[in-house]
Amino acid sequence: MSDPTLLATVEGRPRSLAGDAWDDLRRNKIFWASSVLVVVILVMALLPSLFTSADPASCALSNKHKGPTGAAIFGYDSLGCDVFARTVHGTGDSIQVGILSTLLAGLIALFFGLAAGYYGGAVDAVLSRGIDIVLGIPFLLGAVIFSGRLSGPGDDGVTAVTVTLGLLTWTSAARVMRSSVVAAKNQDYVSAARMLGASPARLMFRHILPNAVAPFIVVLTLLLGANIAAEATLSYLGVGLKGDAMSWGLQISEARRQVRVAAAPLVWPSAFLAATVLAFIMLGDAIRDAFDPKLR
Amino acid sequence: MTDIKAQVDVLPGIDPRAPLLQINDLHVEFRTRDGVAKAVNGASFWLNPGETLAILGESGCGKSVTAQAIMGILDSPPGHITRGEVRYRGVDLLKLREDERRRVRANKIAMIFQDALSALNPVYTVGFQLAELFRTHRGMSRADAKNRAVELLDQVRIPAARSRIGDYPHQFSGGMRQRVMIAMALALDPEVLIADEPTTALDVTVQAQIMGLLAELQRQRNMGLILITHDMGVVADVADRISVMYAGRVVEEAPVYDIYDKPGHPYTRALLESIPRLDLKGQQLTAIRGLPPALTDIPQGCAFNPRCGYAKEPCRQDPAPPAYAIAPRRTARCHFFREVLGD
Repeated sequence: MSDPTLLATVEGRPRSLAGDAWDDLRRNKIFWASSVLVVVILVMALLPSLFTSADPASCALSNKHKGPTGAAIFGYDSLGCDVFARTVHGTGDSIQVGILSTLLAGLIALFFGLAAGYYGGAVDAVLSRGIDIVLGIPFLLGAVIFSGRLSGPGDDGVTAVTVTLGLLTWTSAARVMRSSVVAAKNQDYVSAARMLGASPARLMFRHILPNAVAPFIVVLTLLLGANIAAEATLSYLGVGLKGDAMSWGLQISEARRQVRVAAAPLVWPSAFLAATVLAFIMLGDAIRDAFDPKLR
Repeated sequence: MTDIKAQVDVLPGIDPRAPLLQINDLHVEFRTRDGVAKAVNGASFWLNPGETLAILGESGCGKSVTAQAIMGILDSPPGHITRGEVRYRGVDLLKLREDERRRVRANKIAMIFQDALSALNPVYTVGFQLAELFRTHRGMSRADAKNRAVELLDQVRIPAARSRIGDYPHQFSGGMRQRVMIAMALALDPEVLIADEPTTALDVTVQAQIMGLLAELQRQRNMGLILITHDMGVVADVADRISVMYAGRVVEEAPVYDIYDKPGHPYTRALLESIPRLDLKGQQLTAIRGLPPALTDIPQGCAFNPRCGYAKEPCRQDPAPPAYAIAPRRTARCHFFREVLGD
């Protein structure tokens, strides 16, 4: 085995699933377009002052409903605030709520789906009924109660909304995960892996999970968009973000009332929201395709 | 290179003089909502090193379930082994702890599946899947494991093995895939290989190549081979002994030429008569009348009695016929084996 001539003849680097997926992604234009967009949005969320020097909180009523100018390229809203500055500064809270709540939902769904699908039987029955119970909670009612309970008085509500959305939206992803784990578990290659002495943990994470994860990723990318929008709904109802928070959802719900007078304060945050959701969905799609060798 | 195989050899109770594999009175049932399906009802057989035992029977007679029970990969629930022993060199595998059992799998007893495409993980390259075995079971380095994988693919005659190691299972043809499956099963040098209808999914010319390859690898390694099949033609070429199964029981066990020459059980006889023959062109094919029994409702006495031309009253009553020693190294579970042999 330690024969140097043998070693020398092994050509190229070893191929792995992740390595091949990366080779595939590098050549995918949609991947690059969506990742550039995602990176821009993330930078905007972390460092809004790179994009605008205007202070979104300094508003002058004299500027009310003014059109675009060199200083404020998207114009001004009903309180005379710079729409561009507000939209850029709103990215942070929107993205934070969207990504963190989706991650939380994804983790819960992964645990429930994998455990229910892999162990089956009584474990499946208990966990699946758990999923059903959470699914049975009316979303708005549950969100109003959770979010209200979780947020303290002087709080901007970001953590409360994130946790609320995470706790209420994981069910469909868990069901998708469970069913694809059940499908993958009954495949011959899982029996073959067992026959070759694989441990239960190895079966679950090496053989079943990679074959079951694709639909789950798609559901999560869709959930990300839905959660960013759900934050807007909660904020509109007064149980979401408040105080200093400045999210696209808040801006959209505030601008709705004046949409016939001034469309820009509604249109721009909505456009940013739509572009963000689209970018994440395209990214998720590209990644899913890259991890399926049969599509290569 | 650490050799984990040494650990496997200290399996307590190993007796080098005991038969390589001995199955005694194995019972497997599936507990489903529609009742208990008795898939295996007292199967017994043995296997020696270098020997090929063919397990023959119609679909649904318990062949594959027996194989899964030996491997310990029966889906449980609903499958349960209710009685019997699976002895490897004298050690009853059914009594081992799951982690001990896992070390026996692949290291001592391995299996190849009917459909190699579904038995290989679609998201990993074949090289990765092979190399992973060496890394997890033998603690080899990545480079060593890869070289070993190439060697093994060479041994199963995959052309240009080194360049194909990065290909995914779906990029191989059916025959090549089954070769990969064989390579994986043989990777850890098992002493017993169970081949569950290894050529059923392949076309005829490829079937012959795969059977030839299996026979050759078996000779080189002095492996015991259990060949599960319903194809009498395949059996005649490669098997040393045959166990014929019907409704979860071994109804006849005999050296291969004896059985072709003079079957000792009416079911074996009927199977042989239903092989299409080239010299009898234009005539109607003989078929066994009736269907194999539902495993939830196996007939009393000899399970074959409703379809059997020899059946008389004792055949319809419990207990089932015992295994009569009808000749040296031959048994048949038929009260009327003399008549069957004589015809």
